[in-house]
Amino acid sequence: MVSDTQHKTGGNSALPPVLRLSSINKRFGAVHANKDVSLEVSAGTVHGIVGENGAGKSTLVSILYAFYTADSGQIYISGQQQQFKSSADAIRAGIGMVHQHFMLVPNFTVLENIVLGHESSGNLASSKIKAAGELATLAKKYGLEVDLDAVVQDLPVGLQQRVEILKALYRGAQILILDEPTGVLTPQETEQLFEILKALRAQGVTILLITHKLKEIMAITDAVSVMRGGEMVAHLATQDTSPRQLAELMVGRPVLLDVGYSPPTPTDICLKADNISLTQSGTTKLDGLSFSLRSGEILGIAGVSGNGQSELLEILSGIRPPSSGTLSINGHEIGADNPAGPSEIKALGVAHVPEDRHAMGLVLPFSAAESAVLGYEDDARLGSAAYFAPEALHSHCAQLMAEFDVRPASPELKSNLFSGGNQQKLVLAREISSAPKILLVGQPTRGVDIGAIEFIHKQLLSLRDKGCAIILVSVELDEILSLSDRVMVMNAGQNMGIIDRADATIQTVGLMMAGVVDSDVEARR
Amino acid sequence: MNNAILPRWIDIFLLPIINLLAALCVAGIIIALIGENPFTALVVMLKGAFVYHGGLGYTLYYTTNFIFTGLAVAVAFHAMLFNIGGEGQAMMGGLGVGLVALAIDPFLPPVLVVLLGICAAAALGGLWGVIPGWLQARRGSHIVITTIMFNFIASSVMVWLLAGMLMNPGQMSPETRSFAEGVGLAQIHVIAGWLGIEISRSPLNLSFPIALIVSVGVWWLIWRTRLGYIIRATGHSEKAAIYAGHDPARIIMIAMAISGALAGLMALNEILGVQGRVILNFTSGYGFTGIAVALMGRNHPVGILFASLLFGALYQGGAELDFEFQSITREMVLMIQGLIILFSGALAYMFNPAVERIYLRLTKQGQADG
Repeated sequence: MVSDTQHKTGGNSALPPVLRLSSINKRFGAVHANKDVSLEVSAGTVHGIVGENGAGKSTLVSILYAFYTADSGQIYISGQQQQFKSSADAIRAGIGMVHQHFMLVPNFTVLENIVLGHESSGNLASSKIKAAGELATLAKKYGLEVDLDAVVQDLPVGLQQRVEILKALYRGAQILILDEPTGVLTPQETEQLFEILKALRAQGVTILLITHKLKEIMAITDAVSVMRGGEMVAHLATQDTSPRQLAELMVGRPVLLDVGYSPPTPTDICLKADNISLTQSGTTKLDGLSFSLRSGEILGIAGVSGNGQSELLEILSGIRPPSSGTLSINGHEIGADNPAGPSEIKALGVAHVPEDRHAMGLVLPFSAAESAVLGYEDDARLGSAAYFAPEALHSHCAQLMAEFDVRPASPELKSNLFSGGNQQKLVLAREISSAPKILLVGQPTRGVDIGAIEFIHKQLLSLRDKGCAIILVSVELDEILSLSDRVMVMNAGQNMGIIDRADATIQTVGLMMAGVVDSDVEARR
Repeated sequence: MNNAILPRWIDIFLLPIINLLAALCVAGIIIALIGENPFTALVVMLKGAFVYHGGLGYTLYYTTNFIFTGLAVAVAFHAMLFNIGGEGQAMMGGLGVGLVALAIDPFLPPVLVVLLGICAAAALGGLWGVIPGWLQARRGSHIVITTIMFNFIASSVMVWLLAGMLMNPGQMSPETRSFAEGVGLAQIHVIAGWLGIEISRSPLNLSFPIALIVSVGVWWLIWRTRLGYIIRATGHSEKAAIYAGHDPARIIMIAMAISGALAGLMALNEILGVQGRVILNFTSGYGFTGIAVALMGRNHPVGILFASLLFGALYQGGAELDFEFQSITREMVLMIQGLIILFSGALAYMFNPAVERIYLRLTKQGQADG
């Protein structure tokens, strides 16, 4: 059902919308990914599309960019009906796409990447000279300054994204689609991106912003469309809505945006990392990390994705040994010389909710009951040495599912048939049910719907209140700030400082994530 | 749940049957093209495999080989290892039986010799599986390449030994001396004779019931033991296995040892059940056909039993075709076998999307009505 609140912008309502989708339908087998989706986007606006994972946003965008063909429905650009056969047609019609994962050749220069596939002649050198001229004009017009001769892999992520935008504009994009563009950016880089988007809008470029972050919708868009379960449930003017209303529309019921944080009562130190370093094929992944963790507190680890957080979790959980340094867990010393594997670490009372739920946390083709004992298969309650009792697995899983509200509560269903949120609840249930003294949690709410996020956050806080020590690694800064008692910020494998909750503002943490340490924090290290 | 997934019975039974029918249709067209009636040919094949004098015995005798080699491929496959080396592992299994029997049959009672021989078959087959497993796990040499190479090595070792130090003195053919009287697995028609039941002579022997027991054992191992759980977890996701505290390299070696041992047991049927000595090339391609059997049987022991029976019937019935029809030659029969392998192995999932669509349409109607 499409609500009646059609958005109107500026005085443009007389013109046909620059982009109009009419009754788009797309099925994948039994999954109706897009149900009668209609959308109108006015020229020169920033239009947001929000929705939870699996709401059909990506499918819709893929249809627009002609990765998929719709089963039915029409696409109009500036009033002209379009028949896209491939992405080349979409590009020709003026659609540009900036993917969540950049489509750049890392060891090419910026210029080479932009020219790639769009050379003006067989002669690369002359194509490059011609392109360089055009790009200089474009860059000036939109304020997108990039060094064209820099090698892409040497650029920070924010600049790589800028290259992607420039590439789309160079191909004549008038409608720019950005798919979750801020997932890999620091808060400051996000600010810069928004400045660029505003400049583009001022120049008449239309922007379609796909995101699940309501804050961004409120900050930058003119209008927003909400998707849920493959359908468009609302089209709203941003100024007329609120994050709470959007969240409710996305989930289909009222949600709590506040997790109900209360101050901790930390006790003894249960984990101490001393000068932990990791060098992998010549590159330093972790550089002299030291910190300690007390029972009954949540230590959040903030950082832009890929700054050593994943490696740190792997070392703490015993998946790999550190190159140097020592780890003391509940009084046991672990180091490069006396490493401990995941089983030994587990025996010390450490449970681990891994970042990669699909490859590590679960075995996707396994039934939920089988996945629910991964890592705990030696538990004597699950049968004898020669018999792994299916009924014991089943009842164990049914119990976890009841306690953690995993839906559907069917232990025999394959793990990959559960939604992201329910998969994560199952992993969390498994790890928490082992009554850990220390819980390592990586990206607990990545790809998880809002309803489940609420639940997971509450579980983590209540576990903390029971005296468990929690290390929370997340690239969602909001998550870190709302749950952590202390925040450690990582940049390029280094500890940029540990700050108390009270001092941890978006600005402070954002600067530290970017590698800037202010003297105040330095003193407290 | 609205996920495009077929129920197990369709995947395990219906799809293989559709594949088989497709293969038979193509074969039937070819038989019609050379001027024979495909239906008559089919009847001859079926009768040859199941009805004629001794036909069933021969069919089950071939089936036994396929069960062992099919199970071998399946166990490795659950660890996501493609063991192409069943042929070589079976040869080494035969060598194991032979070495034990030749060494001790003058001194020990036949029953003990047979038991030790069975262990040796599994051990040498397992060894021939575990070495490529080790190379994969610790050295990163791809298991497909190494198992193929190990087939050649096994073949050469057999020629070298059987034409050399193990060759029966005073004879020109590359084979060992016969084992002592009573060293072997009794043939079923002999056992039936003891019980006073008259059945036709065939090479079917006690290896067949052993194969059935081993099938149950493999099922138990894969789905009812912790080791099986860990093997499957490793196969689906090495990262998950590491996360759970297991060393994938170790699991790979264990899975390959079991796989090789199962292939090695194929030698029971040929060496202990029929030949009573080690001959050259007794494996005659059963190790390779085991791959098709496992694929068709969806790597499940029950599926493998049926697939083995099918291939057994095809071998035996095919021989009958060759015998009955002037125009259908041995090569023609090989082609039919090839078609079945093609449709049920290489093209195993060709009909999946179509069946999925039909199934969904049917069930959706069911839901709409309900």
